[in-house]
Amino acid sequence: MTTPLLSLQGLTKAYPGVVANDAVSFDIQEGEVHALLGENGAGKSTLVKMIYGLVKPDSGTMLWRGTEFAPSEPRQARATGVAMVFQHFSLFDALDVAENVALGMENPPPMRDLAQRIRDVSETYGLPLDPGRTVGDLSAGERQRVEIIRCLLQDPKLLIMDEPTSVLTPQEVEILFQTLRKLKSEGTSILYISHKLEEIRALCDHATILRLGKNVGSCTPATTSARDMAEMMVGSTLQTPTRSAAPDGSTLLKVTNLSAQSGKAFGTALKEISFAVKSGEILGLGGVAGNGQDELLAALSGELLTNADTIQIRGEAVGNLGPSQRRGIGVLAAPEERLGHAAAPNMSLIENALLTGAIRQGLTRNGFVNWRTTKAFAEDIITQFDVRTPGSDRAARALSGGNLQKFVIGREVLQAPDVLVVNQPTWGVDAAAAAAIRQSLMNLAAKGAAIVVISQDLDELMEISDRFGALNEGRLSAIRPTTGLTIEDIGLMMGGAHDMEAPGPVAEEATA
Amino acid sequence: MIRLEKRPQPSRAWSLLTPLVAVIITMFAGGLLFAALGKNPFEAIRVIFYDPLFGEFAFYYRPQLLVKGGPLILIAIGLSLGFRAGIWNIGAEGQYIMGAICGAGAGLAFYPTESVLIFPLMVIAGALGGWAWAMIPAVLKVKFGTNEILVSLMLVYVAEQMLASMSLGLLKNPEGFGFPGSRNLQGYESAFNSELIAGTGMHWGVVAAFIAVILSYVLLNKHILGYNIRLTGEAPRAARFGGVNPTRLILFCLGISGMLAGLAGLFEVSGPAGQISIDFNVGYGFTAIIVAFLGRLHPVGILLAGLLMALTYIGGEIAQGTLSLPAAAIQVFQGMLLFFLLALDVLTNFRIRLAAKGAAA
Repeated sequence: MTTPLLSLQGLTKAYPGVVANDAVSFDIQEGEVHALLGENGAGKSTLVKMIYGLVKPDSGTMLWRGTEFAPSEPRQARATGVAMVFQHFSLFDALDVAENVALGMENPPPMRDLAQRIRDVSETYGLPLDPGRTVGDLSAGERQRVEIIRCLLQDPKLLIMDEPTSVLTPQEVEILFQTLRKLKSEGTSILYISHKLEEIRALCDHATILRLGKNVGSCTPATTSARDMAEMMVGSTLQTPTRSAAPDGSTLLKVTNLSAQSGKAFGTALKEISFAVKSGEILGLGGVAGNGQDELLAALSGELLTNADTIQIRGEAVGNLGPSQRRGIGVLAAPEERLGHAAAPNMSLIENALLTGAIRQGLTRNGFVNWRTTKAFAEDIITQFDVRTPGSDRAARALSGGNLQKFVIGREVLQAPDVLVVNQPTWGVDAAAAAAIRQSLMNLAAKGAAIVVISQDLDELMEISDRFGALNEGRLSAIRPTTGLTIEDIGLMMGGAHDMEAPGPVAEEATA
Repeated sequence: MIRLEKRPQPSRAWSLLTPLVAVIITMFAGGLLFAALGKNPFEAIRVIFYDPLFGEFAFYYRPQLLVKGGPLILIAIGLSLGFRAGIWNIGAEGQYIMGAICGAGAGLAFYPTESVLIFPLMVIAGALGGWAWAMIPAVLKVKFGTNEILVSLMLVYVAEQMLASMSLGLLKNPEGFGFPGSRNLQGYESAFNSELIAGTGMHWGVVAAFIAVILSYVLLNKHILGYNIRLTGEAPRAARFGGVNPTRLILFCLGISGMLAGLAGLFEVSGPAGQISIDFNVGYGFTAIIVAFLGRLHPVGILLAGLLMALTYIGGEIAQGTLSLPAAAIQVFQGMLLFFLLALDVLTNFRIRLAAKGAAA
C-alpha cells in the first residue's frame, strides 16, 4: 500500500470534563474522498481543528506523506496543503467576492489578477461566480462557492469540508458534487464531514465513524446501507420517525397577504405571503437561506409586528401582538440562530429556560422569578431531550451546537404550544438527535398542534410535513401536498417558478 | 508568544479577583507616577490608602468615607442597571445637579415654615428632577434614535449652566450680601439632612444608597425585570425574541438612573454641601461610572467600589494638602483604576496561554 496523504495516529484531545478525541487513528489516501461521520459531540470538529492547526493534540501524531506534521496554526497547515471550508462562512457582507477572497490569502495578488484567477478557477471547476458582486447579495450556495474558491486558489492537497450541503438546494448540491469529483480526479483528497448519509454514499470512497471521541469503525459507503452507517454512528438501533393520523382539524394559524420589511441590512422583505395550517398538520417551508425565512419566523413569533389581520390564530387577529402575548395564546417559535437569538450565550441553561418559558410555565409570580421551578423546567428539557451537559447551570455557549438545538426545540415543545414555528430545527444536529427532534415535532402535531417547519433540509421536510411550500425572495410558492412531489418539482418551487409561469428559464436561473 | 483563549464558561474566580488585581496594579503604576512627580511613592500610597482610615486624623476622615461614598454608590447603582442592558447614561452629573436644584428649590419655597413634610417633599422633588433630566435623552432615543451617550453627556453642561443661573438668580440667598449661592439648608431645620448617628457620616443619602444596593440586588437576581435587563445586555436579539420591549426598558433604565442621581444630588445639597452654589457639583456623576464598573455592575461590588473610591477621594485630598500633589495627579490615579480594571476584564472570558513553539495547548 502506498503512503497515505495524511495519517492520524492515536490523536487524543481532552477538554475539562470531556475527552473530545480518544486515540483516534485513520488514514486519508491520496485522491480519495474520505467521510467523517459521527453524532454531535462525537469529536468531529475537534479532530479537523487539529488537522487544520486550530487545536493542538494532547498526544498522538500526524504524518503527512510519511513525515511528521504538527501545525501550530492554520497558516502552517495551509502552507502544507490543507484547506478548510467551515460550516459557518467567514465573509464580509459589504465587500465584494474578490475582496473577500483576498482577505483570506497570505499574499493576495493585485485585485485585477485575482479577479481573473477567480474567474479561471470558477470556470475550471464549474462554480459560476462573479468576482465583482457584493457578498451580501449572494445566496448561501454562492457564498459557499466563495469559500471553496478561496481554498482552491491555494491549490490544496487536502480539502476539509464541514457539513457543506446544509445550506444548498438539490441542484446546488449536484454542482458541488461535480466540483468535488473533479478535484478528486485531479488527485486532491477531500475530508468530508456530514450527517447526510445518502450524500456520503453517493460521494465518498471511505468513511470513518466516530462515537464519543473514539474511532468505532470504518466502512465503504457505497456498499453499506445508510441505516447501517447510522447505527454504527449511534451505537444502537435507529428509530425512523413515524406519523400516526392524517390531519383533519380546524384551521389554527392563518396568514393572509403578509408583507413586511426586514429589520436588518441585507434582509429580505416578505411579499404577500398567505397560507393556513390546521390542527395536527405540519407545513414544511423550504427555500435557500436568505429568502425570507428569518423574517417569516420573526413575523410569526411577534418580533416583527404587522397589521393585526394578516396573522390570525383560531380566527383571532394577532399580527400586532408582541412575543409575550403570542406565547400567552399558545404561539411559540424557535429561531434558527441558536446563540444570540434563541438563547443568550453567556447565560445558564436555567436562565435560558426562563427566556421563553416564563409565561406558559408560570415561572414568575408578581414579576418575581421562581428559580426553583425554572431550574426544574430546564432539567426537564435536559432529560427529555437528551441534552448532553454537565449541568443546567452551564452557559449556553458551552454546549455543542446540536445539544443547544435540542435544548431550544425541547424548551418550546415541552410548553405544549398550539402553534409552533421552527426554523432549521435540525441544523448541524446528528442523525439520531435529528430523528428525535423530528419525532417530537410529529408527536406534537399528533396531539393537535399546528406546526410550521422552515428548513433547508429537503429530506427532512419530505419526511415530516404534510404540505410543502418554498420561499423565494420573500414570496411563497403555491403550497402542495408532500406526497407525490419530486425533487425536480421542489427545485422549481424553490427557484421561484409559480404555477402560472413558464418553468423553463426560471429553472435555469435557479441553478445558475 | 502570548495568546488568548476563550473560556467555555466565564470565570467566576477572575470576575471576583480582577478588581483586587486592578487596585494593586493601580497602586504600582500610581507609585511610578508619584515618583516621576518627585514624591516618595510609598508615602503617597500610604497617605491615600492608609491615613484616612488609621492615621492620626482618622477620626475626622472616617465619617467622610460614608459622606463621599453614599452619593457615589447611589448613582452607580442606577447607572449599573442601564449599563447591564447596554444603555449608557453618561450624564448622571447633570441629573445629580438637577435633582439638587429641584429638591433645594422645593425646600426653599417653604422657607421659613417648619414642617415634617418638607423634607419628604424635597426628596420627591429631587428624584423627579433627576428623572426628568434623564427622560430627555430617553425620549429622544426612543422617538428619534439619538445616541443617549452624547445627549446625556451634553445635558451635563446645560445643567451646569442652569446651576450657575440658579445660584446667581432664582435661588440666590436674599440675605447673602450679594454672594452667589442659595440659603444654607443646614440652618433650616425642616430641610436639613443631618447626620443620623453623630460621628459616622451617616445621613439619609447613605441610607438610601444601602436600600438601593439591596433593591437592585433583588431586582437583578429575583425579578423578571432584572432578568430582562441582563438579557438585553447579553443578547439583544434574544431579548426581543423573549418578549422584552426595548422602548420600555430604555425608559425604565434611564429613568431609574436619573432618579437615583437626582436623589444623590438632593441628599448632598440638603446635607454635606448645604447650599446650591456654582461649584456645587464635584464630579460624583462621572466618578460613579468608574464605581459602577469597578464593582462589576454588581450591587455588592458597587458598594465596596464606592467606599474604595471615596477612600481615594479623601486620601487624594490629604495628599494634595500634605504632599502638595497636584489634583490632576489624583484624577489620573483614579482614571488608572478604571483603565486597569477594563484591561484585566479580558481575563474573565479568556485565559492567557504562554506558548513557546507550537500553538494553544
